[in-house]
This record gives sequence, C-alpha cells and structure tokens, in this order.
Amino acid sequence: MVQASLDGILLGVLFALIAYGMALQWGVMNIINIAQGELVIMGGYIAYFMYTAGIHPALGIIVSPIIMYFVGWFLYKTVIYKVVDRDLFISILATFGISILTQQLMNFIFGADVVVAQSNFGTTMLFDNSVTLPNAKIFSALVSIIFAIALVMYMKKSRLGRAIRATAQNSRAAKILGVDTEKVYAATFGINAALCGVAGSLIAITFTLHPYVGLPYTVRSFMIVIVAGLGNLPGVALSGMGLGVFEEFADYILGTEFRIGSVFMLLVFILVYRRFKLSRKREYLK
Amino acid sequence: MKGNKLIIYGLLLAFGLAAPFIFPAYKLQISFMWILVILALTWDVQGGQMGYNSFGNILFFGIGMYICAGIQIGMFFPLAEWTSSGGEKTFLHTPSQYFQGFFVGLVLASIVPAIVAALIGYGILGLRGHYFAICTLGLGIAAGEIAGGIELIGAGQGMTAPPWPKGIGDTELRSEFFYFLCFILMVVTFIFLKWAYQTRFGLILNAIRDNEDKAEAMGIYTMRYKIIGWIVSAFFLGIAGGLMGNMVGYIEPTEIAFAGATYGVFMVLMAILGGKGTLWGPVIGAVAFHIFKEGFWTFFLGWQYVALGALIVVIVVFFPEGIMGWLREKYPEKFGEIVDEADRKAQVELK
Repeated sequence: MVQASLDGILLGVLFALIAYGMALQWGVMNIINIAQGELVIMGGYIAYFMYTAGIHPALGIIVSPIIMYFVGWFLYKTVIYKVVDRDLFISILATFGISILTQQLMNFIFGADVVVAQSNFGTTMLFDNSVTLPNAKIFSALVSIIFAIALVMYMKKSRLGRAIRATAQNSRAAKILGVDTEKVYAATFGINAALCGVAGSLIAITFTLHPYVGLPYTVRSFMIVIVAGLGNLPGVALSGMGLGVFEEFADYILGTEFRIGSVFMLLVFILVYRRFKLSRKREYLK
Repeated sequence: MKGNKLIIYGLLLAFGLAAPFIFPAYKLQISFMWILVILALTWDVQGGQMGYNSFGNILFFGIGMYICAGIQIGMFFPLAEWTSSGGEKTFLHTPSQYFQGFFVGLVLASIVPAIVAALIGYGILGLRGHYFAICTLGLGIAAGEIAGGIELIGAGQGMTAPPWPKGIGDTELRSEFFYFLCFILMVVTFIFLKWAYQTRFGLILNAIRDNEDKAEAMGIYTMRYKIIGWIVSAFFLGIAGGLMGNMVGYIEPTEIAFAGATYGVFMVLMAILGGKGTLWGPVIGAVAFHIFKEGFWTFFLGWQYVALGALIVVIVVFFPEGIMGWLREKYPEKFGEIVDEADRKAQVELK
C-alpha cells in the first residue's frame, strides 16, 4: 500500500509536468493537442538515443527539451498555425493525424520494441526495506518540480512570459497592444514540446518506452487539466499525484492488463460526473 | 429533375447488384467499401447533422462484432473452449446451425449496441464540444483495452468467428453472400437516413447542431433526440460490426473490433472528405477514400500509417469542407440555393 502510494505520487509529479504543458497551450492557443503523448515519447527516444550512444541518459533532460523546442516550433509553423483560430474539433483531428504520423515514424526509426535507458542510479530502501524506491524515480520527480518552478518563474518575470499570459487573457487585445501573437503561439507550442521532452527523457530512465504508448499520456494530461481547471497550478500538481496513486492502485488491485483501460474509464467517469455537476448548476437558473 | 434522380438511383443500384459479377476479384474489397459507407453515414448522424463530433462510435461496431460472433458460437458450443482452442477449429457448425446462429447474432448485434447507446447516452451526450470528443475517444479505447483483458472472448489474442459451413458451396458463394448482406445493409441505412433527415427528427438534429441552447429554449427536449440519434447510429453500426466480424473471420480487440486508430478515424475522415452534414457526402467520401486507400496503399508499403497521418492532416487542415462543400460553393444552383448574380459579381470585383 505504502509502496503503491509512493510510486503513484512520484509518477504523478511527472504527469503533472506533462499536464502543465497541455494547460499552457490549451489556455493560450485554445487547442487540444492529441499528439502531446507522442511528443513525450519522442523526447524519451532522444534520451534513449543518447544512452545507446554512450552518454548518460540523465543528460537527456538538458538535450531533449532543446531539440523538442524546435520540433514543436516546426510543427506549429507547418500545421498548427492553420488550426489555431478554427473550431476545436479541427485541432483535435489535425493533432490526431500528427499523432498517428509521429507514432509510425518513431516505429520505423526506433523499432517496435519496448526499450528502457538504464540510469544505474540504484535504489533507496525505506521503512525496514519494506518499500523500495528506485533513485531514478526520486530524481525524475525532483527534476520535474525544478522544471515546473523554473517555468512558473519564467512566465511571471520574463517578457515573453508576460506576452504569453497576455495572449491567453485576450489575444485580440494583446495584438492591438503590440504583441506578436504568431510568435507567442509558436513559442508556446515550443515550450510545451520542450516540457514534453523533459518528461519523456525522465520516463525513459524510470519507465519503459514504446512507440504506441503516447495516447495514454495525452489522456492523462487532459484529465488532470480538466480536474484541476485551466490555470490552477497547485491543482494540476495535486490531481497529477492523485492520478498517479489511482493508477498504481488500479494496477495493484485489477491487474496490469486493465491499467490503461482503467485510466480511460476514469476519464469517461470524470467527464460524466462533471456534466452532472454542471447540469445541477444549470437547474438553479431555471 | 425527378426523373433524372430516379435514373441515377437506378443506375447506382444496378451497379451495386451487378458489381460482384463484373469484378469478381474485388468482391471482398467492394463489401468492405459498403461497410465503410455505413460507418461514414452513421458517423455523420452525430458529426455532421447533430454537431457532436464523436470518436467513439467504433464502440458499437466492436460490441456488435463480439456479440454476433459470441452468439453464433455460444448457441451451439461452449464459448470458452472455442476461444481457448484458438485457431484450431475443433467444433464445426452445420449449415442450418450456422444460419440460425448468424441470424440471431445479427439481431442481437443490432439490439445490444442500441441499448448500450441508450444507457450511456444520457451521461455522455450531455457533454459539449471537445469534452464530448475526448470522452468518446476515451470510451472507444477503454472498450478495446477492457475487451483485451476478458478471457472469455479471447483476451488480447482475439477469437475466430465461425467458419463457413461445409457442404453448401465454396468460398465464392460465401463472399457473394456477405457482399449482398453488406450491400443491402448499406442501402437500408441510406434510405432510412434519407427518410429520417426529411422528417422533423432531421430538422431537430440540425437545430441542435446550429444552436443547442436556442433549440432547447424553443421547447425541444434536445436530450431525447440526441439519444435517439445515437441509438440509430449504434443500431446500424452493430449490424455492420457483426457482418464485418464474420467476413474477416477473426476478431481481435484493438486492431479489428475497437480499432480506434483505423476504422474509428476512417469514419470521421471519410465523412469530412465527402462533406459532413450532407446525405451524399459520407457516401462519396467513403468510396473515394476506399479507392484511394486500396489503390495507393501498395505504393506506401509499410508506410501506410505514416501516409494516413499525413492524409488526415492534409484533409482536415486544408480541405475541411469536403467534396460536397466544394461542389456546393462552385455550383450553388444545383443545391437549391438562390444566387444573386449581381452579388456574386460584386464579390468577384472585391477580390
């Protein structure tokens, strides 16, 4: 039990990092990126590639966000800029297409095998050896927290961060006041991809990578964002940890084969619950 | 005008009936095409007419597939032993058993998904916009993952549908049998939807698409019609799934039955390619998509899905109105729209 909870919390911090990127682009550009999970996996493969080249994979947390920033920027300039002002469904379908595309490309480049980058960090034993925590997981949780704090500071203090927040509040007004919203959108998408890159390289050292496991990450981050609400950072962190704990328990109780299924079912339940909660509010107005 | 239309319908019907004899080698391919037409038509009830972009209609397709095959086997043999024996068919259906099972299976494959749609409809159709889209996406994938964990229906390995019974003809007869079933189902679906869109029901669906709150304020109980629309889709999708499962002969949870990444996306894509919100759009889109897919897939050997992803992006981003929308813009007179010539000229001058 303690083991599952601790595992879940450490995992949840990672989810929260991905969800933060999702919330950022959702809030700023009003698009939902189904390819989010694929960006994560792509970042993970960059770390894995470094590992096979003989470099320590933990350095991936520096290299892969830089590469992923340009991947995101490239994606924005080729496809996303066309869908920003359109209705949400178009963006969902377009990013779904990107997701299939990148999934298959990764499948060709890296093969369909499950891979893992060994970090050789060792493990920590707690409570008289009843709980084992791989140091890699602790490391990944710490790195996620550091990156999240750095990003929050950046959004608060820097000029670009202020421009991004202004665009999120009202893109038209921001444009009138001289913010180059195109540039802001491109930067937002790039930052989101970079966050995914960090998360991916952490996943590469703590868990396993596979070209087809991207979609669950998208769904998890979507779920975290809708539970926490847009722009609620402590909420994102909390619900991320909650989701991680839920998943570990589902794994523990139902068995591993139902793990992904339970994540998707939880999504459905949360959305339906949210709908009934909101419809009660609507009845008051009647 | 009326006579012209009848001639066109007659020609299409004649083509459909004669196709397996004109192109005997492509019988199976054309049957798949009719199935795809059904998928696109039923998706368009939600996506096009009602404005609810569902990614999870594949759920009913998969349920129909499993129910039909399960009933066919379960009526005469123990299901668990059948699935555990895998590819080796230790049980054989006699012809009468096969057709009885098939009939009952198809009936249940239409009813059960419709009931499922009615049960989950109240909760899920209350969601709006992208919440609905993501929720249905999750639903479809969750169904595949859960079906992959149930031992009785073969878990991740899948199960085989009953083979064609021995003694009543060869595989040619089998493919003709399924061809005509698919074709009839397609025609029935098309006629039903054509009729339904002309009634008050169709008008209400369009009202929901255009402005749901206003429709509700006008006194339409929108939830009821949304659920009915979903039941209609689920009904036809269930039968199509049952047929498909038997035609392919092998049911696998994530690749065939709940194939969110292929058929689940195809149905959306086909409807958009043809032009969503029109009756003929999904049909044209499905036919064009299938011909494109079968014609060019071989060139992309191994790269099909990369091409598919690129195709989705291209169609959605650069061609969202679809073929019918494009035609409509080009020849508005043919769609019964009144065109003001002076207005059109003025627009041209503005450019």
